[in-house]
Amino acid sequence: MVQTKDVPVLEVDKVEVEFRTSKGVAHVLNKVGFSLEKGKTLGIVGESGSGKSMTALAIMGLVPQPLGRVVAGRILLDGEDLLSASNDRIRQIRGDEISMIFQEPMTSLNPVFTVGEQIAEVFRFHRNADRSQALEQAVKMLHAVGIPHPGQRVKNYPHELSGGMRQRVMIAMALACNPKVLIADEPTTALDVTVQAQIFDLIEDLQKETETTVILITHDMGVIAEMAHRVAVMYAGRIVEEGSVAEILSTPKHPYTIGLISCVPKLDLDPSDQRPPLVEIPGIVPSLIEPGIGCAFAPRCNHATEKCRASIPPSFEVGENHRAACWLSEKR
Amino acid sequence: MTQNISEHTVKPESPWKEAWKMFLRNKAAAVGLTVLITILLITALGPTLYGVDAYSMVAAPFTPPGADSNVILGTDFLGRDIAAGLIVGGRATLLVGGAAALITVIIGVLVGATAGFFGGNVDEILMRVTEFFQVLPALLFAMVLIALFSPSLLTITFAIGVVAWPQTARLTRAEFLKIKQLEYVTAARSIASTNGRIMWLVILPNALPPLIVSATLVVGVAILFEAGLSFLGMGDPNVMSWGLMIGANRPYILDAWWTVTFPGMCIFLTVLSVSLIGDGLNDAFNPKLRER
Repeated sequence: MVQTKDVPVLEVDKVEVEFRTSKGVAHVLNKVGFSLEKGKTLGIVGESGSGKSMTALAIMGLVPQPLGRVVAGRILLDGEDLLSASNDRIRQIRGDEISMIFQEPMTSLNPVFTVGEQIAEVFRFHRNADRSQALEQAVKMLHAVGIPHPGQRVKNYPHELSGGMRQRVMIAMALACNPKVLIADEPTTALDVTVQAQIFDLIEDLQKETETTVILITHDMGVIAEMAHRVAVMYAGRIVEEGSVAEILSTPKHPYTIGLISCVPKLDLDPSDQRPPLVEIPGIVPSLIEPGIGCAFAPRCNHATEKCRASIPPSFEVGENHRAACWLSEKR
Repeated sequence: MTQNISEHTVKPESPWKEAWKMFLRNKAAAVGLTVLITILLITALGPTLYGVDAYSMVAAPFTPPGADSNVILGTDFLGRDIAAGLIVGGRATLLVGGAAALITVIIGVLVGATAGFFGGNVDEILMRVTEFFQVLPALLFAMVLIALFSPSLLTITFAIGVVAWPQTARLTRAEFLKIKQLEYVTAARSIASTNGRIMWLVILPNALPPLIVSATLVVGVAILFEAGLSFLGMGDPNVMSWGLMIGANRPYILDAWWTVTFPGMCIFLTVLSVSLIGDGLNDAFNPKLRER
């Protein structure tokens, strides 16, 4: 037990994903790399279009074909490279060893089958269970994710469940086979704040029980603070800063991370006449088709220098297990 | 913990059951269904109940309806019983219509699903082939096909099926293109479904509603096709059908109206009821029309 603790379950190594578009090739992921230990949670944060979801899809082997493809890198699950594995092997792994919860519980379930049938499907695929066994397992899973009256609920169709319930069903499907890695792609974006907390509690509880490694994709720094052990901040297809959650939140180094953290609205401030305006990072995520020669964040960065516009900063060690890709971090 | 949340749960209701309720709410569709079922029953059971041979002379030629109580709907130019002809002819017409629609749907769904699902070059090639079939004048093409082979129920069915599938293919392709990018398809991939399973078990069931509506209409079109071909003399001359009855009695249309009117009415009623059913199915499957 003690030994396995430091061996990474998942290692993502310099993964590059390209998309062919009518305007040219978009470099959606650029040398994205991180590693994750058993039972830990990695939070990936960033704006829309920064490559968070694409990282998840790359790990799942679900980069939309034929426009997109992984052009370089390795994704190691317990030392096995998923990018060079056969299709059959990938299919074995998907849903069994790595599984995913999607953003929209409203549209992630097939509307014409009951939720029970859909959960049962996983068991029939990966455990060769027969119909009735699989349905029994589905009931157990629904119970595990805290759905009342699971015996009746299995017979419900997705449209008969609320958003929170559907997300619970998605979680049940994802965790059905006790995966080593669970990817949650903004699992609560479509849900109410109150339900959001329930879903995160559920994921955390189940994670403790099963020692699953979780990759949590979100744009909500608050969620990161609560759930993650490590944080990777993505910008324009690159990881610009990575470190433990405590370090990132207390001493962020990359101006983008600093910007993201200051964008979180603060509720504890006195809402008197001097209400602070909502903070924003000016500008938008740059085009991925014609990346400039410099740091992608330079046009939006207050500290940008000539050097920033001239060359892309490598990743600098800025603390224990804390790296930032910013020229400002070079001097220390 | 679970007790105090709520004791009642939503009663599961299959989307199909719900659609059936909506269908019945459309009065015209319910009437159409009743009419069609009646026609089907008459043609299926008719020959055993009404034991008159449709091919033999039973009364004087051109007996008008009502003149002879043995032949209620009158006789044609050969003295054959029109009522018996309608019953026997209905079998061929409905059989050809139904079977041709089935062929249409099978070819159309296979081609459309493959093109829509795989996209790229597969789509490109299949769609060009589809367009090739679509631009040919359907009736002429069917006549050529029948003329090439000898006219029989089988070749007629086949010919109608071959000329009518492109629309179904295009519709299926459109549905597949739309549905394949929905999240539950990606979700299905994420639990390791194979392409085959995703095509037939995930996308197709969700594409069915518009396909069922169009298939119903195809039945109507196929019946009209069969009638048209028979009328033009391209039908199987040995098998009685509604179209054949109209075609054969065409020269006497001014002297004996009943010889062509009754088979015409039958075609009209059948196609109308099929269309009404299609319309009702459209309502049933269109969630926007649902009042909750």
